[in-house]
Amino acid sequence: MDAEVTLTVDGTAHRLTVDTRTTLLDALRERLGNTSPKKGCDHGQCGACTVLLDGKRALSCLALAVAHDGAEIITADGLAADGELHPVQQAFLDRDAFQCGYCTPGQICSAVGVLDEVRRGWPSHAGPDLTADPELSHDEVAERMSGNLCRCGAYVNIVPAVQQAGGGQA
Amino acid sequence: MKPFAYARPADVAEAVRDVAAEPTAVFLGGGTNLVDHLKLGIVRPDLVVDVRTLTSRSIDDLQDGGLRVGAAVTNSELAADRRVRERYPVLAQALLAGATGQLRNLATTGGNPLQRTRCVYFQDASTACNKREPGTGCSAVGGYTRYHAVLGVPAALPDPTAPETCIATHPSDMAVALAALDAQVQVLGPAGARTVPFVDLHRLPGEDPSRDTVLEHGELITAIDLPPLPAGARSAYRKVRDRASYAFALVSVAAVASGNGDVRLALGGVAHKPWRATRAEGVLRGGPLTEDTVRAAMAAELAAAQPQPGVDSGNGFKIPLVTRTVVATLRDLEA
Repeated sequence: MDAEVTLTVDGTAHRLTVDTRTTLLDALRERLGNTSPKKGCDHGQCGACTVLLDGKRALSCLALAVAHDGAEIITADGLAADGELHPVQQAFLDRDAFQCGYCTPGQICSAVGVLDEVRRGWPSHAGPDLTADPELSHDEVAERMSGNLCRCGAYVNIVPAVQQAGGGQA
Repeated sequence: MKPFAYARPADVAEAVRDVAAEPTAVFLGGGTNLVDHLKLGIVRPDLVVDVRTLTSRSIDDLQDGGLRVGAAVTNSELAADRRVRERYPVLAQALLAGATGQLRNLATTGGNPLQRTRCVYFQDASTACNKREPGTGCSAVGGYTRYHAVLGVPAALPDPTAPETCIATHPSDMAVALAALDAQVQVLGPAGARTVPFVDLHRLPGEDPSRDTVLEHGELITAIDLPPLPAGARSAYRKVRDRASYAFALVSVAAVASGNGDVRLALGGVAHKPWRATRAEGVLRGGPLTEDTVRAAMAAELAAAQPQPGVDSGNGFKIPLVTRTVVATLRDLEA
């Protein structure tokens, strides 16, 4: 069964007709040609499909497109402004934070979300105190990024990249 | 995935009527569990009714000093709320111990307690499962039982062919905290609104393992109320899992110490429902909290436990593990 939705992706509004079963991930990749979010597990376990959905990082494989009519979506493809890399993207280059690159767009979108959550003072399981301002320690970054798997095992460089992008020591 | 119609009605009353009128209809909240189950063929609705934008997304102060959490409040927003962090740390900790940032940003207050078990057989549509397909039997008995129940099950090896057999556990961390907090669930159904004590929301398999909760078809959680805790009360959540992050609980403990010797305890990962440890609470009531008294209380709670044999030595390890976890949680609370 079909439904009409409007999705604003990386600043451009698209009107499209989707089968109600279509996930945001499939709408982005198969209908709009944005292959930046990746299909890893397609079950919400790997994080490769992470995008920013109405400003918050979310798994596009577990979101139905029809349920997010009118949503603003930012993918890793749309993070760079005027040809200048987003600080998280630059940090991933500087820190050699990927090998094959398949998980990288999801890692980067997730990291952008993490840094925003930290700025808002959102706590995490790794924090010593629920009410203290979070700091981007190794353990904090590892916990907050735990929803993004990297089969190459580039974590050892991903953590410093996120710390660098967050303006901390790394 | 089977085709389905999608509806986003004007309000929750209409949503309830829509679901009640269609036997296979389901409510859609954040979708983190439901969309996965649609893909796996575990649920095959003809109609999906989206309530994510219909229920409240605010956390309001109640006159009694508690909080009313709207069903659409995300797990992230609830864990970050300053009042929750300061007054109900057990709840914030439980939420933050569950899933990941990307999932918590989607998952909702109403949906989290209604998520289904992560029993690997339930999630594999090729196996027999009384919860997924009533009457087909239970593939978990004698199988991979590491994440399965030890409390609320009738025997160490229940009859795997019996239609009532189910040794699944409830996977939610948040629900364990809500059980310890004596939360109240606001429900709207075809027959009107009602309030269900959180500890009575989930059920044991009984004669029908397919039913996780006491909610009738068409009933919708609209909010969850957190009663105020006594002045000076302290609370904490402790979770033990196979890796440091992004894993379901082997066992977990939500504890609320009121400061006058009374302790509320709820256990996760050990039963078909968040397990309020009322026997242990009774043993501890009014007495000193020492390692010996807590161990004795847990021995009473676990007297009826039925460790399940299975591959990888089964799940008997949960008996000492949950005991030690309660001891450690209460020790930290008293420190």
